Amino acid sequence: MAKHHIEAVVNGDAVEFLCETEETLLDVLRDTLNLTGSKEGCASGDCGACSVTLDGRLVCSCLVLGCEVGGRRIETIEGLATGEKLHPLQQKFLEHAALQCGICTPGFLVASKALLERSPNPTEHEIRFWLAGNLCRCTGYDKIVSAVQDAAATLRKG
Amino acid sequence: MAENGTNGTNGQGYVGTRTIRPDGVDKVTGRARFGADFNLPGQLIGKVLRSPHPHARIVSIDTSKAEALPGVKAVITRDDFADQSSEFIPAGEMMMNYRDVVRNVMAREKALYEGHAVAAVAATSTAIARRALKLIDVKYEVLPHVIDVVEAMKPNAPVLHDDLFTAGVEPKPDKPSNVAKRIEINLGDVEAGFKKADVIVDREFKTAPVHQGYIEPHAALATVSEDGSAELWCCTQGHFIVRAHCARLLGMDIAKIRVTASEIGGGFGGKTVVYLEPLALALSRKAKRPVKMVMSREEVFKASGPTSGATVKVKMGATKDGKFVAGFAELKYQAGAFQGSPVQPGVFCAYAPYDIENVKVIGYDVVSNRPKVAAYRAPGAPISEFAVESVVDEIAKKLGIDGIQLRMMNAAREGTKAAYGPKFGPLGLEETLNSIKKTEHWNTPLRKWQGRGVASGFWFNIGGETCASLTINEDGTVSLMAGTPDIGGLRAALTNVAADELGIPYEKVRPIIGDTGSLGFTFLTGGSRSAFSGSMAIVEAAKQIKTELCARACKLWEAKPDQVEFKDGAVRPVGALAEKVKPMSIADFAKVAGKTGGPIGGYGRINAQGAGPSLGTHLVDLEVDPETGRVTILRYTVAQDAGKALHPAYVEGQFQGGAVQGIGWALNEEYIYGDDGKLQNAGFLDYRMPVASDVPMIDAILVEVANPKHPYGVRGVGETPIVPPLGAIANAMEQATGTRFTELPMSPPKVLKALKEKAAKN
Repeated sequence: MAKHHIEAVVNGDAVEFLCETEETLLDVLRDTLNLTGSKEGCASGDCGACSVTLDGRLVCSCLVLGCEVGGRRIETIEGLATGEKLHPLQQKFLEHAALQCGICTPGFLVASKALLERSPNPTEHEIRFWLAGNLCRCTGYDKIVSAVQDAAATLRKG
Repeated sequence: MAENGTNGTNGQGYVGTRTIRPDGVDKVTGRARFGADFNLPGQLIGKVLRSPHPHARIVSIDTSKAEALPGVKAVITRDDFADQSSEFIPAGEMMMNYRDVVRNVMAREKALYEGHAVAAVAATSTAIARRALKLIDVKYEVLPHVIDVVEAMKPNAPVLHDDLFTAGVEPKPDKPSNVAKRIEINLGDVEAGFKKADVIVDREFKTAPVHQGYIEPHAALATVSEDGSAELWCCTQGHFIVRAHCARLLGMDIAKIRVTASEIGGGFGGKTVVYLEPLALALSRKAKRPVKMVMSREEVFKASGPTSGATVKVKMGATKDGKFVAGFAELKYQAGAFQGSPVQPGVFCAYAPYDIENVKVIGYDVVSNRPKVAAYRAPGAPISEFAVESVVDEIAKKLGIDGIQLRMMNAAREGTKAAYGPKFGPLGLEETLNSIKKTEHWNTPLRKWQGRGVASGFWFNIGGETCASLTINEDGTVSLMAGTPDIGGLRAALTNVAADELGIPYEKVRPIIGDTGSLGFTFLTGGSRSAFSGSMAIVEAAKQIKTELCARACKLWEAKPDQVEFKDGAVRPVGALAEKVKPMSIADFAKVAGKTGGPIGGYGRINAQGAGPSLGTHLVDLEVDPETGRVTILRYTVAQDAGKALHPAYVEGQFQGGAVQGIGWALNEEYIYGDDGKLQNAGFLDYRMPVASDVPMIDAILVEVANPKHPYGVRGVGETPIVPPLGAIANAMEQATGTRFTELPMSPPKVLKALKEKAAKN
């Protein structure tokens, strides 16, 4: 079967690509568009390392097919910073040492941004349940939760 | 240099501060390149065919159809690897044998576990590689299998290796068995000790195998050229080790293989061995094209090392005053398909936190049809110490002494003779117990169905061969190169040290992890050694630079050595000379390097000795839901001796992360096998690791009892934090339910069953 020709918007840029039916959005991002910031930890939607937003909604890109994203808007970790300026979440993850190995970090940042967009002042409880779809094996989550709380405070100040 | 154990303790400089990690921006922007993020032009995709059987003789492998498939460029099997003789070599905290390594990376006579690699292909696409695997015809003679450690030790159990005879017993057995080794340590007279005891507790425990659970699957990209030289990019805890193993398995010169460690997405011991790396090299050598291989999560669970499940007997005796007088333990550890479980460190650590005159510990290393175990954070210690800490808690309750007090009375301290041999230097166990006792946490009240548990833990830590270099660049900035992959903030810790040693701003030092061609042999990141050993090598490199700059200043100033000193980032004239010349900074020397003797740098090449053990004490509150058996961790505090925290935030991170891994081990994680010998939960949905909503904040208390053998007093910190949680949680469970749980994990079905049994009895 011929490949699908897809046009979409990734991190604000118009992109077009060809993909096989079985290729996931994660495959397309990593292998075709060379956006390797999204990671594959499980390919089953259980670890959240591939988290992106699709038209503003948080999804595991390993559970979306590449051929499903035609005409849609995708935001990945590579689009989080603005020019040289880090997003407050990125800055607070660094200041709080909220990463050790860093493989899960892109997914946590994308998921945290989606949380703060809908809930600017989340409780610890809310943060923990929102991020329950993102696995981190290094940090024990403590410093991640603190970093998200601190970033939320920064964002609220504007 | 100041006296050992005292550098950086004056509160000046970067050591002990929470600097931003130099590799941080790349990690929060997605720019950092992990194992699967490397690609080369013309690369092929490699895939592995794995055994569907837990135990089967491989009668034949026909690869002809796969080789004929268009797009397939290479197929490899056991025939592509020369056999290796049996020879044990030390591999950090464990031992290894190339006879077994070659069989583990590619099955030879038999497939020994479900998921055991049987063949591999390289093709122009993933889809073609997958199709090719289906065309490989493997004829198996299926054999009876054995999964459980106790079953595997029975005389009539299916035998995995015809040439495996139990070592460490006299006379040498005349029949092969699954018991690879028996070891025993003795201190004093344990029988006489029990005679002095007023209270004796005797219990049997069982733990399930658990996986390290790193989020990044194994990945390797290899390219071998026509002249036999090779490059390899992979996620590993030790690229020098990968190079050595691959050279041996592939019959190549070490100098011809250059290995670059990618950023590593977690390892916890599981990335100290090779799986894909020799296969990718062999495929590339055959195809003459680069080959990239990445494991799926299912492959990670089925074919990379978990740690042992075990059966442990513990018998301890104490006087009515609370003095431990005897400790006995018998440990049976699963090794997986090949010998080499971490039973020896399990034996050594069992009673190491305590000063006991009479100790006897016996250990068995047992093979069964499971993936070969790999190191996992303090390999072996959490299992034996879980059992001992549970019994210590029971003794405390029998004697009516609180758990902290009892541990304090028996704590190992400076001068204590350990059952496994050494006499300890300064140790921080008592300080951690004191710290826990002073917390508000220890003194808060509990409600019904809630329990509080405490447990301590010990880990040796290691040093070993380590290289690091510091190079002064033309503008006075410094390039730092270390040889141990940075798995959790190492570059920040080493940069703190380098900046302080050279007296320059942190931002002027740029650290990288060098490839195997850039530094001498450096042992892997493991054994909690990378910050300990790496900082020693940096101190040595900095010393060479300071000595060199002083010598150059003497020449420039026509001064004698005692007229110059290196201080605060500059060579300074001393005494009368100070009136004639001005101090020269590192940047000043950099400008005139070409005229004063050439490039400036230091190269630390050491075999780091004197790693101090790190001890910790954990305190946990939990609540049991009597209707579902679910356990909720309410509150958690860790106190651990770091010796000196080079970077406190990343030390705390080790404490917190280790505690949560331990929570997973205690409550939910386990390898579940069916009667068919196949793993039933090879995915993150069913292998249930803790998520953010499962755990509370983890309070971390840094205790610093300086290690006198390290210039800054550092002790390794990475492994000890996973040791106490199992016992602490089991002890809290006992308080919450009145039931002593002796089997891990304490998952809801088991908890519910125990509660029902208890209710039925009452």
